[in-house]
Amino acid sequence: MTTAQLEKTEHSVDDFAKAPVNASLTSKQKLGFLRDMLRIRRFEQASLKLYQQGKMGGFLHLYIGQESVAVGTCSLLTPDDHCITAYREHGHAIVMGMTMDECMAELLGKSTGCSKGKGGSMHFFAPDKNFWGGHGIVAGQTPIGLGIAFALKYREIKGCCLTFLGDGAVNQGVFHESLNIAALWGVPVVFIVENNGYSMGTSLARSSSIRSCLAERANAYAMDWDIVNGENLYEVRAKSVEAITRAREESKPTLLEINTYRYYGHSVADANTKKYRKAEEIEFYKQNHDPIRLWEKQLKAEGVADDEKIAAIDHEARQEAARSVQFAEESPFPELQEIFDDVYYEVDQGTEAGHTGRHFFND
Amino acid sequence: MPVITYRQALNAALAEELARDENVVIIGEEVAEYNGAYKITEGLWKKFGSRRVVDTPISEGGFLGLGVGAAMMGLRPVMELMFWSFAYVGFDQIVNNAGCIRYMSGGLINLPLVIRGPANGGTNVGATHSHTPENFLGNTPGLKVVSPATPYDAKGLMKTAIRDNDPVCVMENTLLYGDLGEVPEEEYTIPLGVADVKREGKDISLIGHGRAVITALRAAERLAEEFDISAEVVDLRSIRPLDEETILASVRKTHRAVLVDENKPFCGVSAQIATMIQEYAFDDLDAPVTRVCALDAPAIYSPPLEEHQLPTADRIIEKVLAVC
Repeated sequence: MTTAQLEKTEHSVDDFAKAPVNASLTSKQKLGFLRDMLRIRRFEQASLKLYQQGKMGGFLHLYIGQESVAVGTCSLLTPDDHCITAYREHGHAIVMGMTMDECMAELLGKSTGCSKGKGGSMHFFAPDKNFWGGHGIVAGQTPIGLGIAFALKYREIKGCCLTFLGDGAVNQGVFHESLNIAALWGVPVVFIVENNGYSMGTSLARSSSIRSCLAERANAYAMDWDIVNGENLYEVRAKSVEAITRAREESKPTLLEINTYRYYGHSVADANTKKYRKAEEIEFYKQNHDPIRLWEKQLKAEGVADDEKIAAIDHEARQEAARSVQFAEESPFPELQEIFDDVYYEVDQGTEAGHTGRHFFND
Repeated sequence: MPVITYRQALNAALAEELARDENVVIIGEEVAEYNGAYKITEGLWKKFGSRRVVDTPISEGGFLGLGVGAAMMGLRPVMELMFWSFAYVGFDQIVNNAGCIRYMSGGLINLPLVIRGPANGGTNVGATHSHTPENFLGNTPGLKVVSPATPYDAKGLMKTAIRDNDPVCVMENTLLYGDLGEVPEEEYTIPLGVADVKREGKDISLIGHGRAVITALRAAERLAEEFDISAEVVDLRSIRPLDEETILASVRKTHRAVLVDENKPFCGVSAQIATMIQEYAFDDLDAPVTRVCALDAPAIYSPPLEEHQLPTADRIIEKVLAVC
């Protein structure tokens, strides 16, 4: 989507502020959204610094610029709802309740990391918080989200699974298979395409054949869909709650396309990040469409927060991120022998099955 | 003891586990209303209904991934692949997701998932339908792989696979589905990781899995009758975990081994067995370990030729005579 188009689709914040799901919000909750968005951003800025210092291996896919999507959608979840996404997942992980400490330690490959240093940036998990990853293969998580929602329906639980993917994932076969099964069987899943305009270095226009938007592809599967301006937290919540309610109450899936923007490359290792889009484009978004700035503006207009309050929340977020860096740096790496833990449940639990036969074939 | 087919044994295992555990759900193409492409699930839909026995669209990646997600939530999905060859369409879900998620979550997640179906050549359906990927899957830490050769083993291994808390790939064989064997009526299970000596012998060990065991038994019979050679036949039953002790004990007894394997030779399951024998039983060997594998080309269609592409009793006997 071009910047001109984005401006054209801009809605009045007030329209969505009046939606019941938003009208009922307390000041505390509204400040909580700001806190979560700032925590995500400060966490990632701190992680970027570590990456640039060479303290981290592999890839680092930053969510910076997209924070309102995870915060807005996940703020609607109850203990019966679940969340799964791809590899740009730090924001979802934090808003689902994972601590910065365990996440930062995982980035550094430490044994105190959420996955004991076995997953890395793309593979955060917290099943106890209904957060199911963190998946590295584009669209590979989409049928898993379908399966999580299938299990809810099987057990007659009125919940849903928010299944996030990027705009680059919409052209994978397995995503279409998942859409078809979801609609065919009435599975309570909400597919959320976070459309940041680029599948790695290939723009939407060069990667996807569409008439007007990606979400309308749901028409092919007789599925409900909607398109959302992701910079507007009220709109994200107002439109997402409809999809979530449809899943919970009617056991029907929805395809949501939430337009958003990422400030950094596909990953920090994206060498072409300044070649496939102009610096002015990035700057334009930062100046005019930054979801955190817009929400701050909104809170000030509503009299919920002033500059001082916002600065205090931001300060806390920075402090928390700084503490997590210290925690991660001071944590130990896993021991070599731990390579063989967490491969097989039966082995880890020391069950009879785990002791029967050879499971590992080193020398 | 009742004599039933390999197919009926699998069907009984599925029926018993469906009845035993509400979390067991059978999912796959044609498993319900059609009664199963190979009739392994015959009657189950009628007995257990559409909630427990679920027909899918032809979307291997989609439904295998669905099984992974359902298993994450504590269901025990038994996913049928009409052919294991079709797993290649959904390989990402099997290897990256079923195989790696437990590890990448630092052990927070486990996947009580079974993926089952036939994995064999020899039915003149061409290369795309004749793959035997037990070596690929055995090469993936995180997955378990079993391959029953008889009705008794098929039932016992299937029940254990369903109760196991890790993902288990059960590799069956369409050419064995009609084979008859004794299967007790009373409840039993067979642990994964325990091989079975299907025939005792003293001169040479024939070691294999799946239908190769049946071929080896036929060769052993002829070796005894025609050449007075006493061949022991070791059935791996489980490829990962692997019963190293039974294999090595047999080789230490007979001092010779021919490995029989319907995998292609390059990095086939038998290659792993061969390296294990030379490493741990080298001093016990009186001859080099040799192999009879599927001939190293894509599965040929032409019926009389395909018969020769897979291990035959003749090829086994030839290899045995070269070292005995």
